[in-house]
Amino acid sequence: MSLVTLQEVFRTYLSGSEEVRALDGVSLEVEPGESVAIMGASGSGKSTLMNLLGCLDRPTRGRCLLAGRDLAQLSADERASLRNREVGFVFQQFNLLPRVTAQENVELPLVYAEVSPVERRRRALAALDRVGLAQRARHLPNQLSGGQQQRVAIARALVNRPRLLLADEPTGNLDSRTSRRIMALLQQLGREGLTLVMVTHEPDVARHAARVLVMRDGRIVSDTRQVPVEAAEDEPAPASTAMTTESTVSLPT
Amino acid sequence: MRRRETLRIALGALRRNRLRTVLTVMGVVIGTASVLAMVAIGTGARARVAATFEAMGTHMLIVLPGSIQAGGLQGGFGTEATITWGDVAAMATQLPSVQAAAPVLRTSRNVQSESDNWTTLVVGTTPAYFVIRDWRPRLGRLLDESDESSGAKVVVLGQRVVERLFGAHADPVGQRVRIGRIPFVIAGVLAEKGQSPMGQDWDDMVFVPGSTFRAKMQAGLGQFVDGVVLLRAVAADQTTRSRSQVESLLRERHRIAPGGDDDFSVRDLSEIATAQRQGARVLTLLLASIAAVSLLVGGIGITNIMLVSVTERTREVGVRMAVGARGRDIQGQFVAEALVLALAGGVAGLLLGVLAAWLMARAFHWPLVLQPMVALAALGFSAVVGVGFGIYPARRAARLDPIEALRFE
Repeated sequence: MSLVTLQEVFRTYLSGSEEVRALDGVSLEVEPGESVAIMGASGSGKSTLMNLLGCLDRPTRGRCLLAGRDLAQLSADERASLRNREVGFVFQQFNLLPRVTAQENVELPLVYAEVSPVERRRRALAALDRVGLAQRARHLPNQLSGGQQQRVAIARALVNRPRLLLADEPTGNLDSRTSRRIMALLQQLGREGLTLVMVTHEPDVARHAARVLVMRDGRIVSDTRQVPVEAAEDEPAPASTAMTTESTVSLPT
Repeated sequence: MRRRETLRIALGALRRNRLRTVLTVMGVVIGTASVLAMVAIGTGARARVAATFEAMGTHMLIVLPGSIQAGGLQGGFGTEATITWGDVAAMATQLPSVQAAAPVLRTSRNVQSESDNWTTLVVGTTPAYFVIRDWRPRLGRLLDESDESSGAKVVVLGQRVVERLFGAHADPVGQRVRIGRIPFVIAGVLAEKGQSPMGQDWDDMVFVPGSTFRAKMQAGLGQFVDGVVLLRAVAADQTTRSRSQVESLLRERHRIAPGGDDDFSVRDLSEIATAQRQGARVLTLLLASIAAVSLLVGGIGITNIMLVSVTERTREVGVRMAVGARGRDIQGQFVAEALVLALAGGVAGLLLGVLAAWLMARAFHWPLVLQPMVALAALGFSAVVGVGFGIYPARRAARLDPIEALRFE
């Protein structure tokens, strides 16, 4: 069964008195384990599509199923719970809480999943270890580099073991070397079975995905499959940053 | 989400903005403290008024004889003796709401000890007088029935008179004094009572049996009482009833036709006491409401700062929602913050208020009246303020659209 099923989905906004069709009849299936890149100019509807996939929004019309559940029929609380269990978000802006440590940021989804503090700590540290930042657990976001912050965000997205990872321009704020490391991490997670959907406008990033959707004016105008290019670190990481673990991530516990 | 978790998040947020938290709490501290202090001041004042009137006798009534008409001029009350000894006895025995009645005959006389002399007020009365006033002896005894029936030459002194004639710490019981030229034996000394609310010194008096007074000092008016009559009602709340019973009894005994003018008048001290107490109560209420306004201002301070906090943390709210926080989790988090602010203010205000009340009680020599109910109410009120003024910003936060919130700069 598909993890995501969209059938003739419309999403319209009122902008003043004018109706804006952000999504104009989108149909899409994403199978478990797929890695999908969504491309398109700004205003093409790719962010709206992401918000729908992440249960942050509801369609104006059409069926939108996530893990077999129809978003149109879920209450706000049920959507919150679905976001908590099934979806992990990675944002361009990282969106870490600035005043709490990396570990506490990673624990956040578990707080709302009502996991006990001890278990929360254990799982947060495991997730941080998985992105190679176990040594940085007690650091505040502003004590971390951009790439490290994004890896904390990825750890947070993974910590409650979702099936779907949504990444909105995950490398948009990073330099090219750091971008490659983040992409390598995401690819590795994909190989371990995580379904990955990311929005990007960089073809360079999209070529790491096995499937590329191009959107224009609220519609999917092309849907191509390709052999993804392996993201590799083209130079060794400095020894002090513990980044070498990226290529040796282990399977989730 | 668990309550403890909510509290932990709220405390964390408050700790990170320490100065802002302290300033916001100050508003509630001042509000709570002033409510408490004002109520304590009001109750203290009331207790003092009550104590003053208690000393005067809240159970007390005074019957004044009527006026005379001379050549078209209407004299005031007390210008003519109209109350008889029979009236006094009848009031004391026939009225269920009257516990005791005593005549008060007064004159000014010079009193002499071996070494000194002092002019003071001499009161001729019966033992019932001390029951009515609720006065007790400091030394010796009060006047009794046998003094009255035998016309004994005994006297009870007020403390001021003892000071003048014998010295403050002397025990003059059993010694002799002369009142005018007549020797009296000192039977007792009254406990010190201070001044009346009208400024009369209750201790600058001496008391002799009414019969002795009439026989030796001021020949009476036969069957009429040459003075006033003091009455004591059986209870403080019975004074009004006593008053009407006394009035109808005297009208009947004096054969005053319905609609005719009374030849006497009854004064009720409890009226004055009630008016004063009422005044103090209004004062308390006024002070407390002014203080409550400051608590309200403190509450608005909480709303204000919570609104700022919600706006500042819009992105945080978006992130929390994206990772699975429900609207009620977000609302709970902000309400908990407001509640912690208000309760912290409430507890600190409680301590400050008690301190202020204590200082003022000392400064004004008032009794320190602290009612646990008021303290609890102040705490409860501050909690209500916290929730009441925190709920609006919290609702706003809970209703944020996560998509918009995540985009918020």
